[in-house]
Amino acid sequence: MAGRLTLYIFLAPVLLWLFLLIVLPHIDLFFISLQAENDMGDMVWSLSNYEAFFTEKIYWLTFLRTAVYAILTTILTFLITFPIAFYITKVVSLRVSGFFTILLLVPFWVSELVRIYGWMILLRESGVFNHYLMQLGLIDKPIEMLYNDISMIMGLVYTSMLFMVVPLISSLEGLDDGLIEAAYDLGASKIVIIWKIVIPYIMPGITSGSIVVFMLTLGNYLTPNLMGGKNSLWFTEQIYNQFIASFNWNQGAAFGFLLLILSTLIIWIGLKVTRQNLSRALS
Amino acid sequence: MIRSLPTGRFYRFGYTAYVSLFYLFLFSPLVITCILAFNDSNFPGLPWEGFTLDWFFADEEHRTGIFHDDRNLNATWISLQTAVAVAFLSLIIGTMAAFLFEQEQFRFKQALFFLALTPLVIPGVILGISLLLASNSAGLFFENNLGIDFEILRPSFGLVVLGQMSFISTFVMLVVSARLKKFDTSLEDAALNLGATRPQVIRYITIPYLKPALIGAGSVAFLMSFENFNTTLFLVGSDTTLPISLYLQVRDGSTPLINAISFVLIISTSVLALVNLLVSQKKID
Repeated sequence: MAGRLTLYIFLAPVLLWLFLLIVLPHIDLFFISLQAENDMGDMVWSLSNYEAFFTEKIYWLTFLRTAVYAILTTILTFLITFPIAFYITKVVSLRVSGFFTILLLVPFWVSELVRIYGWMILLRESGVFNHYLMQLGLIDKPIEMLYNDISMIMGLVYTSMLFMVVPLISSLEGLDDGLIEAAYDLGASKIVIIWKIVIPYIMPGITSGSIVVFMLTLGNYLTPNLMGGKNSLWFTEQIYNQFIASFNWNQGAAFGFLLLILSTLIIWIGLKVTRQNLSRALS
Repeated sequence: MIRSLPTGRFYRFGYTAYVSLFYLFLFSPLVITCILAFNDSNFPGLPWEGFTLDWFFADEEHRTGIFHDDRNLNATWISLQTAVAVAFLSLIIGTMAAFLFEQEQFRFKQALFFLALTPLVIPGVILGISLLLASNSAGLFFENNLGIDFEILRPSFGLVVLGQMSFISTFVMLVVSARLKKFDTSLEDAALNLGATRPQVIRYITIPYLKPALIGAGSVAFLMSFENFNTTLFLVGSDTTLPISLYLQVRDGSTPLINAISFVLIISTSVLALVNLLVSQKKID
């Protein structure tokens, strides 16, 4: 009897949290996305919000662009951070490895806004890089290095590296050096060792890192907005515009729901392809 | 290739160069932001015009230091209050969830656990708008049917706390669960055999064991809340939090005041991060 009581004490707040703050709001989001004002100004059930998405080129093009760039960012983040994770866990001497890890983690505790602001100071037309390039005589007049796709992708990679490098480090720590030594003794080249031994072993780490990086990039607003400028065309900006600028909540809800479907779909495909499941990948 | 294996000099040199470049890439925006907080210029950039503390302490008409800037001080105060409330609530909910999924058995446990993980894979913007819509619907419902107006259902401090809590609780749950998994349940069994009640066991055996995880999760929750932008953006009322206030200032052109705020944030979060990392390192030893 007492056992049942503790179960309910734990269950009640968890149910309240999940149903009131997660399940109900998303059901409401879906219902509101299916409503629109008719000519009389009354709210009626309608698919017009979704229709607008498919007929207005700017909407679905931005959607597609966001998806492709989020995937690209995830891949780049992995390629950039994998050598670092490998270096920290397998190459550098054990004495300094802890120091390298702390050095890696600390910057990511700092707010995303502050980090992006730092890049803006470095890259903008009146920025630090331009100042030095001019002083060195390499350029005659300042170049705008911000507000293009490359700077935006770089910013997105920069802000999400932590979420890739931490799972990579923890799965690499579990990899027995003996496996690599054995392969080396048997004559395997570096590339073969990485491809046939290291990568398959750390696949769960890669999957969980990729899921989080992809989701955060897809839902990012700050970085595309501040580093991509007017050309960023990021889908979260469309959502923001509908909610804050046009005050068309129904249209915004439809966009939000579409973004949710997209992120769920791509994460599901990623899990299927790598034969992982969500509970294992996240915990 | 790895410590125990020989490598060519060229390969080793290339690898070290890459790692150095990476750390340069990692730190350059932060370092430059901090340095320019002390530049005696009205514009956050080079050339260097000399050292000044104006951006911290000045109180003049066109140069206000952060300690006299009401707008940002106010936003900081609101962010601190939000972060404390969110950390406190998420710790309670997240820990209860960890106990629920690690120690209890019930029907649909797997499904509920899956649901508890979903806030991690839902983009923050969507958590924000769905809560905004739902609270607005609920507010309208209560007002039309019961004639009661709930303040918390409009964009406000309370709504921001609820919105941030909705996904930060999942982080707390995962951190506490990880430690609870390693817990030797025979300790609990022994206490129960000796006549302790279940609440007593939790209070005197389990919670002390979980303390490092609770401190770690609490500080991460605090920081995640303090820095949250995406979810907060849609739920915030007239009391803007610091990230929102900073965003509006950066977007509309910046002054070294932003650098001074960034400097304070970088130093304080680094200290908090170091303390937290050292505490969790100790736990492992």
